[in-house]
Amino acid sequence: MSDVVLSVRVQIPGPFRPLTGQKSSIVVEQHRTVGEVLKALEARFPRVVPHLRDADGTLRSMINVYVGDEDIRFLEGEATRLKTDCEIAIVPSIAGGES
Amino acid sequence: MSCETTKMEESDGLSMARDVWLGIRSHGTSGYPLEVVGALVGSADRRRVRSYLPLENEFDGSRHNRYAVGPEAWRRIEKQLHQQGDELVGFYHTHPDHPAQYSEVDRDRALPNLSYIILSVVDGEAQQMCCWQLREDRSAMDAQYLYVENES
Repeated sequence: MSDVVLSVRVQIPGPFRPLTGQKSSIVVEQHRTVGEVLKALEARFPRVVPHLRDADGTLRSMINVYVGDEDIRFLEGEATRLKTDCEIAIVPSIAGGES
Repeated sequence: MSCETTKMEESDGLSMARDVWLGIRSHGTSGYPLEVVGALVGSADRRRVRSYLPLENEFDGSRHNRYAVGPEAWRRIEKQLHQQGDELVGFYHTHPDHPAQYSEVDRDRALPNLSYIILSVVDGEAQQMCCWQLREDRSAMDAQYLYVENES
């Protein structure tokens, strides 16, 4: 039996929408893990890549990814396997300061 | 360095209601000597700030020179603004006893397509307020004209 997920919706945070054709969510199909879905998103909208990933390809520390209400850091990270019709949300943190 | 202006000089500047300008300055001085942070709320085109939303500085360390707002707060803000029909224009934070110039940390942590206001607070008094926007390649932040509306 195929374990390929049929469709997953990815919620796009406001600051990234100008980079995704103003779409607030994207449906991605035929992927099994969070990482595969993000890679598909990045291939479709490459302008988001510098804001999602560090130079070594890892997710930036300010970028949090949720499957439903669960942060993937507490699951299997980008290897987290998905279920059909689940929802992924890209949720930024913000930070800064004078030093 | 003068950042606020009384007239729009560039087509990509940001305008702000005067009571918002005053409110941010008040929030900044009330939090001194710690950094304070808040959200800028406004129009869908992100060109005008009509209100502000003070936030808790969640940084787990020295809040004298750092701030942080976690993803749960982000989700609450997005939900609230969506219900109000508002948009997130950007964020503001203070630099206690430090210029309103963005730091390397500010640049590294910035998100695209948002305006970042930095307010310098020196000896407890609000000083310069400057507005910055991250370049798409993340290499630097560009100064954005900040127009404070006159009282009607």
